[in-house]
Amino acid sequence: MTSFSRGSLTLQPSLARNRWNLLLTLTAGLFTALAVLPLIVVIAYVLLKGGSLITLQLLTALPPPPGLDGGGIGNAILGTLIVTLVAALIAVPVGVGAGVYLAEFASAGWFARFVRFGTNVLAGVPSIICGVFVYGLIVSTRLFFNQSYSALAGGIALAVLMLPTVIKTTDEALKLVPQELRWGAMGVGASRFITITRVTLPAAFSSIATGVVLAVARAAGETAPLIFTALFSPFWPEGLFNPIASMSVLIYNFAIMPYEAQIALAWASSFVLVVMILLANLLARWLGRFSST
Amino acid sequence: MAAGARPELFSQRRRPPWELLIDRGFQKLAVVLASVVGLVLIGILFTVLGGAREAITRFGLGFLTTSNWDPIGEHYGAFTAIYGTVVSSLLALAIAVPLGVGTAIFLTENFIPLPVRQVLGLMVELLAAIPSVVLGLWGIFVMEPFLRPGLMGLHQLLGWLPFFSTTPLGPGMAPAVLILVVMILPIITAISRDSLQQVPLALRQAAYGVGTTRWGAIVHVILPAAISGITGGVMLALGRAMGETMAVTMLIGNSNNFSLSLLAPANTISSMLANQFGEADGLQVSALMYAALVLMLLTLVVNLLAQVIVRRLSLKY
Repeated sequence: MTSFSRGSLTLQPSLARNRWNLLLTLTAGLFTALAVLPLIVVIAYVLLKGGSLITLQLLTALPPPPGLDGGGIGNAILGTLIVTLVAALIAVPVGVGAGVYLAEFASAGWFARFVRFGTNVLAGVPSIICGVFVYGLIVSTRLFFNQSYSALAGGIALAVLMLPTVIKTTDEALKLVPQELRWGAMGVGASRFITITRVTLPAAFSSIATGVVLAVARAAGETAPLIFTALFSPFWPEGLFNPIASMSVLIYNFAIMPYEAQIALAWASSFVLVVMILLANLLARWLGRFSST
Repeated sequence: MAAGARPELFSQRRRPPWELLIDRGFQKLAVVLASVVGLVLIGILFTVLGGAREAITRFGLGFLTTSNWDPIGEHYGAFTAIYGTVVSSLLALAIAVPLGVGTAIFLTENFIPLPVRQVLGLMVELLAAIPSVVLGLWGIFVMEPFLRPGLMGLHQLLGWLPFFSTTPLGPGMAPAVLILVVMILPIITAISRDSLQQVPLALRQAAYGVGTTRWGAIVHVILPAAISGITGGVMLALGRAMGETMAVTMLIGNSNNFSLSLLAPANTISSMLANQFGEADGLQVSALMYAALVLMLLTLVVNLLAQVIVRRLSLKY
């Protein structure tokens, strides 16, 4: 029988493998620090630099003409809300409907497979391509009342972007609803429509809401689909069929201007946008809690 | 049956016709809404193809290999932009993969207490929520000026290499790559973390049981078990990096002059689209649509590969 020396049972830090262990642990820790660092720096800059500029006037006034001081981002805040709302009004019903189809009516079959595949492909389409698509379909053809750039076109572009997320969350949330609930509803004589709208959808509500809030938050910060669909406007929103301002496009346009006032407005917009999106993310997390219980 | 049972309570009730109608209508509606996805995809393909037709017939495949972009002479070639798209996303990936996977390991293993790990994980996920245009703004005014001395030093030290042969003047490939790293890091970290967490505890315990060190277990047991999810996440991140527009547009300098140097201004397909689409007309729109088609195909191939890889590599334990 072989015997072990006493030392072999205690950790010997000088062994090559233990040194490697320590080295790799330190590397992983360093990588984590490097990964978290940009978040802290970006948030700190946006909150400090942008937040220090926020005044009531800034939140309610129109942007100044180039070269002048003062002004605000009121129209851009309102514009972002309008365009995102339009997008949500299109993407949520369509996405939830498609998700219901996938989960409740046809979880197998070629059409369902095609829709699932298409959803994955659509999720991978770059956001700027959504803009190009809507530009080609709506803006350049002047589809709506002979208007080219419009808030509605921007909303549609964002809706295309949101659609895959909403479909996937609805599909997955409905699949997690226990089958017994459906059987129970059917058993007491409910029709399919009643089963889905009164039993399964409410049971999956908080998961779907989480996904929708995250999708809306992401859409609110998107710029690429808006620059040549909704364009920008230095004025207050003039209905859905005219160009409209948005915070994200304002940041893009003003960041490359050589004027201090415009750059300050870009930082202020970043602050408002980031605060809105972080709040939406926290809301989504809060909503998500209800689905686990 | 008990004596008091009343048979009429159990009489058959026919479904009223309206109920049937609602059911049928609801199902039809769901099918129609589901087919919107297909319609949108076909719409995207046809819009971009239709828009690009003129440029395709005029420039053919030469569009992909030439790099002069001349709206006045009406001659277009997208090589600079295609090269920029591929190189910027691959370089970003090369930096972000070790960082992201390392972070994911650090956040799933018990190096530090769970609450700290959860907070760090939440922070990385919140980074994914920051709009790219905000990162672009930060990149222009904070990151790029901060990096410039370092890039200058790199140029002076390694200027004899073609990759560092130009003086960094501000926007360029290197800052764009770094902002891309910041953007795709959360994706890689989050997906790697999920896959690492799904590795069964038994595998880990077995590895420790035969006497390996912690990193022995990570490198030889846990990472191979999670590799399919991690690779899938990396491919998704690659697709995202290729299509990423705003932050890159604000930092890459948008120059169509081809340069091997990473410190020189460059271009990507998406930043070219963002910059020129609004003001373009005629053949330029068509050329931009052609470039958009190339970008679409690139991201499509990457995303399909991601799905295939996940299916191929997934270990059965």
